[in-house]
Amino acid sequence: MNFPILSTLIFLPLISSFFILLSRDKSSNISAIYISLFSSIATFLLSLFLWFSLDLNTSEFQFVEEKSWINNFIKFKLGVDGISILFIVLTTFITPICIISCVNSVKVRVKEFLIAILILETFMIGVFCSLDLVIFYLFFEAGLIPMFLIIGVWGGPKRVYSAFKFFLFTLLGSVLMLVAIIVIYWLTGTTDITQIYEIKIPNEYQNILWLAFLSSFAVKMPMWPVHTWLPDAHVEAPTAGSVILAAILLKMAGYGFLRFSIPMFPVASEYFTPLIYILSIIAIIYTSLVALMQEDMKKLIAYSSVAHMGYVTLGIFTLTKQGIEGSIYQMISHGLISAALFLCVGVVYDRLHSRMISAYGGLVNYVPKYSFLFLIFALAALGLPGTSGFLGEFLVLTGTFQKSYLAAMLATFGVVLGAAYMLWLTKRVIFGTTNNSEIKNLKDINKSEIIMLVTLAFFVLFFGFYPLPLMETFSVSVNSLINNYEAALISN
Amino acid sequence: MLPEIFLSLSIFSILMLGVFIKRSFNLIFNLTSLIIILTISIILTNPNNEEKIFLDSFIRDAFSNYFKILILLSSLFVLNSSKNFIIDNKLDKFEYPVIILLSILGMFFMVSSNDLILFYLGLELQSLSLYILASIDRDNLRSTESGVKYFVLSALSSGLLLYGCSLLYGFTGSTNFELISSQLYKENTGAVFAMVFILVGLAFKISAVPFHMWTPDVYEGAPTSITSYFAVVPKVAGLALLIKFMFVPFSNILLEWQTIIIFISIASMILGAVAAMIQKNFKRLLAYSSIGHIGYALAGVATGVISGYQSAIIYISIYVIMNIGAFSCLYLLKKDGQYKENISDLSGISKKHPVLAISLLIILFSLAGVPPLGGFFAKFYVFVAVLEMEMYALAIVGLLTTVMSAFYYLKIIKTIYFDDSIITFEPTKNRTAQVSIFTSCTILATFFLYPSVFNNLVTKLFVG
Repeated sequence: MNFPILSTLIFLPLISSFFILLSRDKSSNISAIYISLFSSIATFLLSLFLWFSLDLNTSEFQFVEEKSWINNFIKFKLGVDGISILFIVLTTFITPICIISCVNSVKVRVKEFLIAILILETFMIGVFCSLDLVIFYLFFEAGLIPMFLIIGVWGGPKRVYSAFKFFLFTLLGSVLMLVAIIVIYWLTGTTDITQIYEIKIPNEYQNILWLAFLSSFAVKMPMWPVHTWLPDAHVEAPTAGSVILAAILLKMAGYGFLRFSIPMFPVASEYFTPLIYILSIIAIIYTSLVALMQEDMKKLIAYSSVAHMGYVTLGIFTLTKQGIEGSIYQMISHGLISAALFLCVGVVYDRLHSRMISAYGGLVNYVPKYSFLFLIFALAALGLPGTSGFLGEFLVLTGTFQKSYLAAMLATFGVVLGAAYMLWLTKRVIFGTTNNSEIKNLKDINKSEIIMLVTLAFFVLFFGFYPLPLMETFSVSVNSLINNYEAALISN
Repeated sequence: MLPEIFLSLSIFSILMLGVFIKRSFNLIFNLTSLIIILTISIILTNPNNEEKIFLDSFIRDAFSNYFKILILLSSLFVLNSSKNFIIDNKLDKFEYPVIILLSILGMFFMVSSNDLILFYLGLELQSLSLYILASIDRDNLRSTESGVKYFVLSALSSGLLLYGCSLLYGFTGSTNFELISSQLYKENTGAVFAMVFILVGLAFKISAVPFHMWTPDVYEGAPTSITSYFAVVPKVAGLALLIKFMFVPFSNILLEWQTIIIFISIASMILGAVAAMIQKNFKRLLAYSSIGHIGYALAGVATGVISGYQSAIIYISIYVIMNIGAFSCLYLLKKDGQYKENISDLSGISKKHPVLAISLLIILFSLAGVPPLGGFFAKFYVFVAVLEMEMYALAIVGLLTTVMSAFYYLKIIKTIYFDDSIITFEPTKNRTAQVSIFTSCTILATFFLYPSVFNNLVTKLFVG
């Protein structure tokens, strides 16, 4: 195919952000909202087209674009396979929802906010498309700038602290990855991922390079003990910022493990598996316990994200078909569920300006539609069968049982804790009684909120009952990932 | 030699013109810009082939031509964007542009020198002009103080440099760079001694740690228009000389030379990152940030290979673009006829001056080295070269200081975007400064589209 469909996909949001810059409505920002909504939906449709025209019977990269970028050094290379396409579609699906949500929640500097979101979308799609380490790093890091501004300009009272913590933590993690990327270039003579897959990186380098990549991904994931930036960032970020952060930015790290750590450093990946198990189990159990004690709804969901990401890392490093498939499934479903939960918190925050659990109670009596949707997402987050949350966790645990009974048992215990904090949250917020007189006058969700939440609820339930479309997309790619990994270990 | 002859003749003529015509600042200023543009065109139209004249003491090659054009272009931007500032602060004496041209002439001889004597003469011509420039606001206590401070310290370092040159002549028997190179061996302790003196002198001129002490005071004290010149142009010439010394006369004792440069580079990066964190004055902060940036450029030089020198040249070129943009922003911060230079004055300007705010955002993130802006590529090329030579410590320190320095750039961005606005600046009619900012931001923001633009230029510099 000659048409550069991936470049179009990446740069469409960026170009439309220029049009927003040129839009001239002073008071209402209507045209800016329509431009961004239109362009993000166009991007979504384009990515859907990409998904449907992808050949799912091969693990090769498709729609590959290659262009000379830095002379004799780096090529601007893009391509997708069965794993990355899902993350691209997730990104393009979540972005329009964020734009709709900002109509209700963002009151100041709407135009700039939309520009930031669209630029961020460009960088996020770029991360999942790039087939070159330097291009990947470029997009991976560039996302910090708009996110820093989203948290800092539109965030809550402690936004400065959170934005700085977010930026510096992530930057510190990823500069080590930059060193590793350059070292890989000098070892292999290329930064093209497909070529590096063919070349075996010497064993004595693998461990240290793997750790350098881990430093970046662990911060981004986030894994215990470098997760502390996430609750702060989530609490202070505006609703749309939290949604993007939880739904997409966190997935970059999981994607990074699948795309870089395992195929490029198979020996090190095997060597460090126990480390990942320990960190993941601590993340699952410890952060679930921390989540139980939270009084702030956003913070609770943030900690639950850390716990859910613990399942993802656990599943990836079981290096079994079920484990990895479960991880990818978990990432996609967490992208939908956490986005929905943050939107739910945003809905009541816009009305009452409080995120404290104690400020709410008995919502089911006053806002039944909202309460129903909240309940669906809470149950999905705890992994109720029939929702997409169940399948991911189930597959991860199946994979883990093949490798380690202990890890699997501890992780299963985390599922119980997950149910505990989600149910307790639901009990305190949705059911029970309240003394807060403002709640009695609370308005139920409006049309735009219904559109966002019902769409998300539909997909959460759809992929809970019918996982085949997702499974089919990535299964060939996952198979070849595992085959290559095992072949590399045998030849070692 | 043609550009130098043209430049000196024009300097004399506009000097005469200035003496005989009253209130001639505007005329001289415009003529200066014209002279700079003409000199650029003379350099560009002359062929790049290597040529040595005056008993091989003067050399013209692609290397010197690149630096000359960089010096001229950056001077042109610095000078023109500061014109309103000069007039507002009553610095509009006709000597101002003439002295700038004289310092450019000095730098021309520096980058073209192939002989210790010519090198020293060029350096002194440049330094003497800079002393005057630092104290050009002669009724201002701070400006005169910074001029005297700069003069005393710089004279000391020039003395050390001259002592080093004489030692070098004594131990090798020649002042010609190539002859020195053929006579110089590791066993020649005296020559190594001389090398240290010369390095001290050069490190002073580019304000690398531990010879940086003058930088913050002079940057803060001198008028902003002079500071921006100091921050950009002499650094380019100094770095060119440093590379030249490594490449030609000291190529046989590269290892000794390298050890010192590695130390200077690491020290500059760390000091630049740490000391800038607590600064409240924007110019002072830029002084420390420039120390840090010189540290990164020196990291490229420290590799001792051509790819490293190339990366350092790319680094300094992008550094020039960023600093011209950053200083030009200072010319727009005018309130009641006063130019503001405290970081706190910037608070909340994003609401009232959105275009200025977004320009500063791009420049500051670029200075911090965050992709996809130009500053990232500058650092990237340096680290590629450093890691090619397997200098892991240098790379790790460099990247950690990048994170540390990101902190203070973020602090300024926080002031601009997150804080509430206090001051509303006057709407500016300073077109030239706006053009400089726009040029700088456009280059930095679109650099990722064609990042090998400088690579193509610098690959030709080291043939032969």
